[in-house]
Amino acid sequence: MMYQTQAEVIDKKVLTDQIILLTFRSKLLTEESKPGQFVNIRVSETCYPYLRRPFSYCDVVGDTFKILFTISGQGTKALANANIGSKFDIIGPLGKGFSFDENFDSAIFVGGGLGIAPFPFLSKYISGNKKIFTYIGAKNKDYVVTYGLENIKIATDDGSLGYKGNVVELLKNDFQKNLIKGSIKVFGCGPTPMLRALKLFCEEYNLNCEVSTEAAMACGFGICQGCPIETFNSNGYKLVCKDGPVFNIKDIIL
Amino acid sequence: MNDINLKIKIGGLELKNPVMVASGTFGYGLESKDFFDLNRLGAIITKSLSLKPRIGNPPQRIVETPSGMLNAIGLANIGVENFIKEKLPELKKLDTKIIVNIAASSVDEYVECVKILNYEDIDAFEINVSCPNVKEGGLEFGRDLKKVGEITNKVVASTNKPVIIKLTPNVTYISQFAKVAKEEGATAVSAINTFVGMAVNIFTRRPKLSHNTGGLSGPAIKPLALAKVYEILQNVDIPVIGIGGITNSEDALEFLITGAKAIQVGTHNFVDPSAPVKIIDGIRDYLQKFGFNDINQIIGSLQVNQ
Repeated sequence: MMYQTQAEVIDKKVLTDQIILLTFRSKLLTEESKPGQFVNIRVSETCYPYLRRPFSYCDVVGDTFKILFTISGQGTKALANANIGSKFDIIGPLGKGFSFDENFDSAIFVGGGLGIAPFPFLSKYISGNKKIFTYIGAKNKDYVVTYGLENIKIATDDGSLGYKGNVVELLKNDFQKNLIKGSIKVFGCGPTPMLRALKLFCEEYNLNCEVSTEAAMACGFGICQGCPIETFNSNGYKLVCKDGPVFNIKDIIL
Repeated sequence: MNDINLKIKIGGLELKNPVMVASGTFGYGLESKDFFDLNRLGAIITKSLSLKPRIGNPPQRIVETPSGMLNAIGLANIGVENFIKEKLPELKKLDTKIIVNIAASSVDEYVECVKILNYEDIDAFEINVSCPNVKEGGLEFGRDLKKVGEITNKVVASTNKPVIIKLTPNVTYISQFAKVAKEEGATAVSAINTFVGMAVNIFTRRPKLSHNTGGLSGPAIKPLALAKVYEILQNVDIPVIGIGGITNSEDALEFLITGAKAIQVGTHNFVDPSAPVKIIDGIRDYLQKFGFNDINQIIGSLQVNQ
C-alpha cells in the first residue's frame, strides 16, 4: 500500500557543508517501509520546483525516517531550508527494496558518494552472525558520509581521506588479500561508472549483487513511465520507480 | 450540498462530474487506487494503446522545466490485446466511464484497434492524433487537416461508441482541426495535447531528452490551452474537453466557464495523485458558494469583453 500524507520535519543535521540528513515523522510512511524503497517528496507547494523529488529511506527508527541529500538544485535547496516542525506532502513507501531471501555470511556495502543512503536502514536487516563490510567512495573527504555505518573503508578520488582511487579498486585489493571470507552478497548504490565497475568485479568473482538505481522520475509509482532502465531479460525497459529501484546487477544494462 | 448537480453530457456520453484524468498521466487506470476512490472520477482515460506493444523511447524521457515538464515517453504501452486481457477486467468493475485512448502509425491501425475494442465494455474512444514523440503517426497526422479528417471519418464509421479526437496545439489554427473532426462525425474534441518543447544541457551541449524534443505540459501551458479552447468554441459548435496545466478547481473552472464541457487533469496527477477528487470537491464548493445548483449553469457562461 502506498500513502500520500503530510509528514513533519523533526530533525535536521548538516553533516558537511552541502550534505544534509533530514528526519521526518510519519506512521504511514514507516510502518511498511523496507530497505531500498523510497519516498517522493513535494518540496514546494508552488509551481517551481513543480515535480516531487525521490529519496531512499536512509534510516527508519520507530515512526521516524531519514533522508540524505546534497543541495544540487531548487528542490533540494527548498528541503535544506525546511524548518523543524514544517510539514511536507510525501508519497511512500515506493518501489521494490532489497531482497533478503539468500543465505550469506558477509554483506558488502559499496556506496559512491551519497549512494550510501539506503545502507543504514539495510544494515538493520542484516542480522545474526552476518558481518557487514562497508566501502565508501567519494570525490574528496567533504563528500564522505559515514552515518549509521560500521566497519568502514574509504576511497577518495583525491586521496584526501583513505585510499586514493576508486572504491571498487579498493574492494578488489581487499579481495585479493582474502580479507573477506565465507559466502558473500554485495549491495551497491552510486553513480553509473561505479556500478559498471562493480558489475565487472562481481562477474569476475561470481558474486551475487543487488544495486539500488536512480533515474529522473515524476510520479514515482508507474503512471508517468518516465524512468526506464534497460534490462537483459525483459522486452525493452523496466521502470526504476516500480520494478526497482533495486535490481540484480546481472539483469540491468548499465 | 448533495443537491448540486455535477452531471454533464458530451453527446450521448453522460458523466457523473466533469473531471476526467488525462491519457498518459494515469497509467492504465488502476495505479492510483491507493490514493483515492477511483469511482469518484467522471471518467478515466487510459494510456494511449497501440495495436502491438511499444517499448517507448530510451532514457532520458522526462525533464522538469519552469512550472512544467517535458516528456518524450514514446507511447510505451502493452498493446490493445494485453490491455483487454490484463487491465480491462478490473477497470470494468469501477463505477466510472472508461475511455480508451488509441495511438497508431497508420489510419488502418486506428481502425483495427477500434474494431478490436468495439465489443468490449468501454464507454468511448479518444483518438490521439497529436503525440509529439513518435516518428510515425503522432504530429505528422495531427498537423494534417486531411489526415485528421480521414482518421475521424474511418474511426467513426467503425464504431457506435462516441469518438473524441485529441488535438495538438502545434498548429496555426486549432479550430480548423476541430471543424474537420466535427464534419467527419466526432462527438467531441479534447484540447489540448502537449506543446513541442526542448531543453539543453549546457555542460554536455546535448538535448536533455533522448528524443531531443518532447511535449511540454503542466501549469506553464494553462493560459495557452485555455486560449486554444476559446478559439475552438468561438468558431466551431462541438463539445470541447479542456486539458492543459489544470492543478486545482480554480483552473478547472476557468476552462468550464470558457465553455469546456469537461476537463482532464494531466501532469498534476504526478505531483498530487489525489488532485482529481480535490478538484471535484472544489467545483462543488464553488457552485454552492455562488448559488448555483447545476454545473451546466456555469459551463460556457463566459462574458467576453466587446
